[in-house]
Amino acid sequence: MLTVETFDSLSEADRSMRERTRYLGGGTLVMREVNYGDSSFDRIVRSRDPGLRRIGQADNVIEIGAGATMADIVNSQTSEFLGPVAQSVGGPAVRNMATIGGNLFAPNPYGDLTVALLALGASIRFADGTTMEVEQFLTRRSLVRGLVASVKVSRPETGEFRFSKVSRVKPKGVSVMSIAARLPMRSGRVHGARVAFGSMGPVPLRAKGVESALEGATLDEPGISSALRVATDGLDPADDALASAWYRREVARVHLKRLLLGSGR
Amino acid sequence: MAKTPVSFQLNGSEVAIFVDGGQNLLDALRRTVGDLSPKFGCGQGTCGTCTVLIDGEPFLSCLTLAELAADRDIQTAGGLATGPNLHPLQTCFMENFAAQCGYCTPGMLMAAKALLDRTPNPSREEVIEAISGNLCRCTGYEPIIEAVLEAAKSMQGRRP
Repeated sequence: MLTVETFDSLSEADRSMRERTRYLGGGTLVMREVNYGDSSFDRIVRSRDPGLRRIGQADNVIEIGAGATMADIVNSQTSEFLGPVAQSVGGPAVRNMATIGGNLFAPNPYGDLTVALLALGASIRFADGTTMEVEQFLTRRSLVRGLVASVKVSRPETGEFRFSKVSRVKPKGVSVMSIAARLPMRSGRVHGARVAFGSMGPVPLRAKGVESALEGATLDEPGISSALRVATDGLDPADDALASAWYRREVARVHLKRLLLGSGR
Repeated sequence: MAKTPVSFQLNGSEVAIFVDGGQNLLDALRRTVGDLSPKFGCGQGTCGTCTVLIDGEPFLSCLTLAELAADRDIQTAGGLATGPNLHPLQTCFMENFAAQCGYCTPGMLMAAKALLDRTPNPSREEVIEAISGNLCRCTGYEPIIEAVLEAAKSMQGRRP
């Protein structure tokens, strides 16, 4: 039998976390574990902290509460650049439930929004006030114990951010892979690109070879050719029911090419 | 282990039940309340046949903690008909052969109702998006899309 404890503030919930406890956000991860008889926990903690669903902006930085759902992000004028990414997650019911905080912990083939956050250079604020870059968080995700309070991301310039989700079922299916890119442009050339792949490794990964190859490049076929040659360098896709690792490697450069030559958001 | 008292509106009627810790809303509706219209499919948010409306929005009842239904307004496919009169969505599903085995139908109906309540005259693309989280392995989806579009037409001028 499980026990459920609800706290008014996230700080209280955070302090109450202990062994054999899961934090319940939107339910799409934890409740499936409950339904499938996961016996590694017997206590659920949740919070009704009103700040958890807040989406705000200070200067050029957007702060999204960990409890903001995909639907909240789709409907927000503040985080509009993430709207198409959140819209690509599940159907309407899943989007009403799945949260940005949960997405950070979602295993393959889920977690598309986290791929975008990695490319955008986002950071995480925990309930105890500490912060961590999403990239750093992903390297130790299974070890993180603190509750996520919010995610901060700087607003990209128009056309600077691009996202593509590749799935085999239309209009909606889980990711064979997802790709996100932040491509700052100066005088028609890329400077300081960040490119991330989802479902191409155990967690979302940056394609640092691609990023280096894009430095100073123009976004046309000749300009991106060297980046495409190293599209999967450093990535580590797996065989699963959706696609083989071989297939993922073969098609990655095709989808990366389409993304880089696209119009961006 | 103590049970938690929960009361909510179900298809317009007040319901008060006790739920177990970790019990999901689907289980509470089916086994405790006795509303068998929402179905258990995958238990992991993939199939959508457990879809119910909470305060008018579609949710997956198998992934919703039952106690979160407290003081909310829940609608299920079991509440669509008014006495012997089927809801236009039900009639159009029947007339368009939009149900074969019927297992996905309760979730499809509620996903479609959420759409039509908000968007009375949806485009075909909006219908496809609205049911994109609901799997059907019989119909190929086309009859369902047609049924929803036809229901939208038949409901023009007589919103529920």
